[in-house]
Amino acid sequence: MERNPQLNANGELQHLLSIEGLPRDILTQILDTAESFAGVTEREVKKVPLLRGKSVFNLFFEPSTRTRTTFEIAAKRLSADVINLNIALSSQTKGESLLDTVANLSAMQADIFVVRHASSGAPFLIARHVKPHEHVVNAGDGRHAHPTQGLLDLYTLRHYKKDFGRLIVAIIGDVLHSRVARSLIHGLTTLGTPEVRVIGPQTLLPTGVEALGVKVFHDMREGLRDCDAVVMLRLQNERMNGALLPSAQEFFKHYGLTLEKLSLAKPDAIVMHPGPMNRGVEIDSSVADGPHSVILPQVTFGIAVRMAVMSIVAGN
Amino acid sequence: MKIAIRNARIVDPASGRDGRGELYIAGGRISEEFGKPDRVIDAKGLVVAPGFIDIAARLREPGFEYRATLESEMDAAVAGGVTSLACPPDTDPPLDEPGLVDMLRRRAKAISRARVYPIGALTVKLEGERLTEMAQLAEAGCVAFTQANAPLADTQVLWRALQYAATFGFPVWLRPQDAWLAKGGVSHDGEVATRLGLPGIPAFAETIAMAAVLELVRATGARVHFCRLSTAGAVEMMRSAKREGLHVTCDVGVHHLHLSDMDLGYFDSNCRLEPPLRSPRDRDALSRGLEEGVLDCVCSDHTPVDDDGKHLPFAEAEPGATGLELLLPLTLKWGEARKLPLAKSLARITSDAARILGVSSGRLAIGAPADIAIFDPAGTLRVSADTLKSQGKHTPFVGYELAGRVRYTLVAGNVVYET
Repeated sequence: MERNPQLNANGELQHLLSIEGLPRDILTQILDTAESFAGVTEREVKKVPLLRGKSVFNLFFEPSTRTRTTFEIAAKRLSADVINLNIALSSQTKGESLLDTVANLSAMQADIFVVRHASSGAPFLIARHVKPHEHVVNAGDGRHAHPTQGLLDLYTLRHYKKDFGRLIVAIIGDVLHSRVARSLIHGLTTLGTPEVRVIGPQTLLPTGVEALGVKVFHDMREGLRDCDAVVMLRLQNERMNGALLPSAQEFFKHYGLTLEKLSLAKPDAIVMHPGPMNRGVEIDSSVADGPHSVILPQVTFGIAVRMAVMSIVAGN
Repeated sequence: MKIAIRNARIVDPASGRDGRGELYIAGGRISEEFGKPDRVIDAKGLVVAPGFIDIAARLREPGFEYRATLESEMDAAVAGGVTSLACPPDTDPPLDEPGLVDMLRRRAKAISRARVYPIGALTVKLEGERLTEMAQLAEAGCVAFTQANAPLADTQVLWRALQYAATFGFPVWLRPQDAWLAKGGVSHDGEVATRLGLPGIPAFAETIAMAAVLELVRATGARVHFCRLSTAGAVEMMRSAKREGLHVTCDVGVHHLHLSDMDLGYFDSNCRLEPPLRSPRDRDALSRGLEEGVLDCVCSDHTPVDDDGKHLPFAEAEPGATGLELLLPLTLKWGEARKLPLAKSLARITSDAARILGVSSGRLAIGAPADIAIFDPAGTLRVSADTLKSQGKHTPFVGYELAGRVRYTLVAGNVVYET
């Protein structure tokens, strides 16, 4: 098998494509760097000159508001020039191939490509074809990975819970289609989390998910017991009525997070969600807005984490 | 032209012969010894075997000439020692009319390298709805009928197609895959697909379809050949079907003997195949099944795909790999791994394949067509875009050095390739 395509010959982070396969010290380096940037985002002048003169191309082959915006803010706080391309609406519909698009942008002197694509593995393909000084950051590919989201989840957990070595974390809902869940699971296992649980109906859990190092629960109450953190996943509209689930109501009844169910977790448990939330489908408003929720801080941390990732890859 | 092949190690799986000797060719057939040959081929250190028979090789004509042409793929065939090949009907338009079949055969004949046996479409446009004019297609030269990789979801149509084919005694070649269960899938539904976030095709998509076809075989008496088995479950079903005495046969694609979903690595689109590469356990069951004869033969499932078709994210990439030139080396590699005598390995791409195709070649008996492959078992082939004659340059084995290098290929007594 080929060498891990994310790392350069010195084992440093050249691209961020997936959390899977990244050594523990690189994950820690990213989290530590993010922590050092957290201060920047609270200053009056929210900028550092680390990426001055560099160009960051936001290549979104799939629509996104939140992730694209936080990448844009992060790049700007690093003093980079940011170019947003909504390719979902332009060249792809004109039939230009993915690699042609990238080659054209590369000719415009890009330094970092932030890529979101509906197809699993697309950023790997791009990383294989960019020039040596260019870097690819995966902003979500199909069901495969969303490493910066995974990292911001790890950052949030570390912020509130300090030590991964004692945590029980439950990930709940549509794991089958979730790149967020896959990235977080890899991150948690790499950092030594003793128990990662996934909770959902069989239809929303991928085949052989146990092999990722998680414990499977179908009964949410059982799965929530003694958890330190609960990560709710978004359930896409188109998956609510069909062969996977009969209805959003029935899903909420069994797998929606309510205060009553949350009470089974540890009293100081935190509740996370990658957004955008479906209130009343996977999470009740009383929980989303309640004292256990760290959903908004996650968004803030996301900026520092993306600053960390971009500054690290650009320096390698 | 009268040719004598001397100093050869002659391996003829059909008769079990494996030994030193000479082989004589006259009038396009293997003949008794004669006095004055027009040409002598010194085969010292080489193996002389029946030309290989590949029961699934796409030539991409008509319709996909940008991916490959008849010329390029016939060159690839003979460079791989393949003297007969069966081509599936998934061209554009599909081989569903006698005129198309006739044209393909004429074109192939004019190029005069390997023999081409077209497999006709089972349904019009391969759409799985209306039967083709099978009897007329057979007259035009189709040796069997198939859906290739196109789904046939409607079991009523499948039933009628098998009844109709059975009426005339035509063989039907089916790749067992439940169309609904496979919908949207691009890889084996298992741990690797879960990790990579790729939509999966469960193993039971194959076994469920196979169970349905076996029931229809019992009901209709149709002669069915199962194509490209990929799962351990299917191997076991095949074993019991044969024990039961059903007239069914099957093959495996040569890639599936060596690779599993683990080889997808970081989304290697060269490993995007149909059926998908499955688990290592499935691969081992296929390999063993082929040794035991539960699987009858092996084919290349040759599918030339151009760069544009492969330089895409895994799920969007075109399925298929080039294979004609790798059929021998990969079959030898399989035989070596299983410690088989050479004649037994070669049987799976000669006499056994001939039996499935219903042709008289694939053996070295006196009077048989002089379709012959002469190869250096120790010579290596470095697999790369430059060395492959096929216009399809994509294979999971790119960069490999594989043993088994063809030196001469003869079709009907003519040397059509030598190096």
